[in-house]
Amino acid sequence: MTMQNLLEANSIRKSFGGFVALDAVDIAVRPGERVGLIGPNGSGKSTLVNCLSGAISSDTGTISFDGRAIERLPAYRRTRLGIVRTFQIPLPFMSMTVVENLTIPLRFAGRHHPGALTVVSDIEQALLILEDVGLRDKASESSARLTQVEMRKLELARAVAARPKLLIADETMAGLSHAEVDEIILLLLKLNDQGIAIIMIEHIMRAVIAFSQRAIVLVAGRKIADDAPDVVMNNAEVVRAYLGE
Amino acid sequence: MVTFNLLLNAVVTGILLGGFYAAVTIGITIAFGMLDIVNIAHPAFIIMGSFIAYIVNRTFGVDPILTVIVASPLFFLLGVAIFSFYHAAFEGSGKGSLRGLAFFFGMLFVIEVTLLLAFGVDYRLVQTSYIGPNVGFEHVDLPLRMVIPFVGSIALVSGLHIFFGHTFVGRAIMAVAQDEFALSLMAVDTVAIRQLAFGIAIATAAIAGGFLIVIQPVDPSLGREYIGRVFAICVLGGMGSIPGTVIAAFILGVVETITSTLVGPSWAPAVSFATLLLTLAVRPSGIMGR
Amino acid sequence: MRRFPSWVWPIAVAVFTLAVSRLVENEYYMFAGYVVLQYIVLASAWNILGGYAGYVNFGSAAFFAIGAYGTVVLDKLGEPPLVVAILFGGIVASLVGLVTAYLTLRLRGVFFAIATLALAIVLQTLVMNWEFVGGPLGVYTTRPDSITGFPGYVNYLFVVMLVLALISVLVARAIELSFVGRGLAAIRDNELAAECCGVPTFRLKVLAAMLSGGLMGMAGAPFPYYITYLDPNSAFSIAYGINSIAMPLVGGMSHWIGPVIGAVLLAVVQQVATVTISSELNLMIVGVLLISFITLAPNGVVGLFERYRQQRHWRPGK
Repeated sequence: MTMQNLLEANSIRKSFGGFVALDAVDIAVRPGERVGLIGPNGSGKSTLVNCLSGAISSDTGTISFDGRAIERLPAYRRTRLGIVRTFQIPLPFMSMTVVENLTIPLRFAGRHHPGALTVVSDIEQALLILEDVGLRDKASESSARLTQVEMRKLELARAVAARPKLLIADETMAGLSHAEVDEIILLLLKLNDQGIAIIMIEHIMRAVIAFSQRAIVLVAGRKIADDAPDVVMNNAEVVRAYLGE
Repeated sequence: MVTFNLLLNAVVTGILLGGFYAAVTIGITIAFGMLDIVNIAHPAFIIMGSFIAYIVNRTFGVDPILTVIVASPLFFLLGVAIFSFYHAAFEGSGKGSLRGLAFFFGMLFVIEVTLLLAFGVDYRLVQTSYIGPNVGFEHVDLPLRMVIPFVGSIALVSGLHIFFGHTFVGRAIMAVAQDEFALSLMAVDTVAIRQLAFGIAIATAAIAGGFLIVIQPVDPSLGREYIGRVFAICVLGGMGSIPGTVIAAFILGVVETITSTLVGPSWAPAVSFATLLLTLAVRPSGIMGR
Repeated sequence: MRRFPSWVWPIAVAVFTLAVSRLVENEYYMFAGYVVLQYIVLASAWNILGGYAGYVNFGSAAFFAIGAYGTVVLDKLGEPPLVVAILFGGIVASLVGLVTAYLTLRLRGVFFAIATLALAIVLQTLVMNWEFVGGPLGVYTTRPDSITGFPGYVNYLFVVMLVLALISVLVARAIELSFVGRGLAAIRDNELAAECCGVPTFRLKVLAAMLSGGLMGMAGAPFPYYITYLDPNSAFSIAYGINSIAMPLVGGMSHWIGPVIGAVLLAVVQQVATVTISSELNLMIVGVLLISFITLAPNGVVGLFERYRQQRHWRPGK
């Protein structure tokens, strides 16, 4: 039985002036799948995320999500359809409290999701999500005064509040301690249990291996591997890209 | 009736004016294009320079351009001081750009009103040997009072172009303009560099003020006309690009003068602002923009 | 105080002011009061885009003048009732806001600010070259002698502006408390994050610009009858530009009451200064207040009040 791809992006090309950031990249994700996206710095991972989420538009290529062509849609519409991304550097709404931060995606994205809960109030839904990520006791705190880990969790919580079908977690674990990384992995697994497909972009290899069902490797804007994590890790070209000749 | 002669004179005058406009704008190219500081008060500093030239000229008879060149180090220090204050008060806060913008708008206002209180609403002019006579070629009559500032402006802008492209300090400023974060990681004092750059920007305003009062009489509210011009040129030229600024300045100078000649001088202020709106709508990265 | 929803207070104050205006005989107070009310409209309107969304508009004078000159045009064509002129001014100004926003709001906020400045000068130049409305010399607009139901036309203008002030305050409040206001706040805090959270940033910004511009246009519409002689310098006066920014800033940009506080404070100070010292100096006061507040108290009077309240309720260990 073949499952239709949730996300299908073909031949994504993006250049900045003379610099080719993405060179005909294909990426597909099935519903509920856990995909790791890795590659050396500057390989185009962030550019790819930006193109998928709509922050920038690709030069050529098609992107379809849930059967719909989305390459012409502005970012906010893609979010409403269910593609949600977090930011490498957390971007909380600093004038708002933690729980208020979540009311924004709940109101503007979550509501457009078929089957969205409209009986329970936004604040209550927000508190439930905060409970899930472990930020419940910080709900009334100003979001400007959180620790690094807490900000990463808030990013994830905000993404969840948008009711994603596909969550792109952009280097959520960068710079965190061993225990904190485990926390985030568990969190992502929990979200995946709820049916959310996840693309994890990371440099922390043990996290990618532990989490992903499939790993995609980008080097210098090109996809050079797309297979089970252990296969990818033993791929000669991948090893070369990371460790050099 | 529009003759070839008339048009030729208009174009040439436009080029002379354009050169001057480049000197007027270079301070914004630095402050806004390179440092991302929307110093909307820049024209007010220019007018300040003009009035200083006026006083010295009226009291001691000194040449206005000489005056402002001598005064420019003081303006440099003023720029450094203002940047230090701006940096301490507004940078680093989330809504910095909004507050900085309002800050400079307030400053524009305060400077203009101060000049108004000190000098009144009248136009002021200077007396020099080269205001009055023309230099004539076949078909073309060039007022010396425009030629001298033109030459001075080209010298100023070329000098700065060399400075930014080929001296250590100048290239440091350009580096900061491109990636301040990276530079700060390399233990470079980016704040000091930007202080320096902003000081230079304000110093150029003084010099442009000297040129301005040679070209035309100045009153305290003249700065407002120039706000549109400098930002139009800066944006059209492609933000931090000095060659872009020069090209855009020439374009604007010629278009303004031709419009003035064909349709009347009362339309001239609209030209620069309409150019700005058009550029923003069509190609915000400007001519030389990346 | 807490028993009433907050919209009761503007209406109550307006009704009270209306009652008082019937008793006041000296027309000077009507004239002065009109200016204060006009600034309440301008400041509240500015704040919808400037305070809530974070997009600074330097060209308030342009929208104000659209309303004023719209009335001049209508008046020359056939003297319509003032309400028609107000609606006309509001709609035209709103459309101009729409176009400006559409062209520039995809860029950074800084470019929008500069574009609004450009707009003001371009419009002023157009008007100066338009003979139908008097060009640089301006026009005279005859103020009707009287109008039924009011002791004088000036009194009528005062009441009209009072109603406009009430409307703009209630509109600002409605926006602030609605999902539009939440969306604008998200945009102001971080536009990229807002967009990725599903906020239709462009649409909301354009909506805010249209409302803001439209209200400013409505504020300008009665002006020709108030001043009876309108020329480009007075219609496009820079006082409108700087006051529209300074008043919400001084009062407090995050709350609908801020622009009201700032407008009343600054307008009264300027009236007093003009009469006692000079009209140039009163502009200086505004500029100095702008710089002082933006540096020391960026959240305005409302912000200072909140800080004071927080300090009073501070408990050790909290």
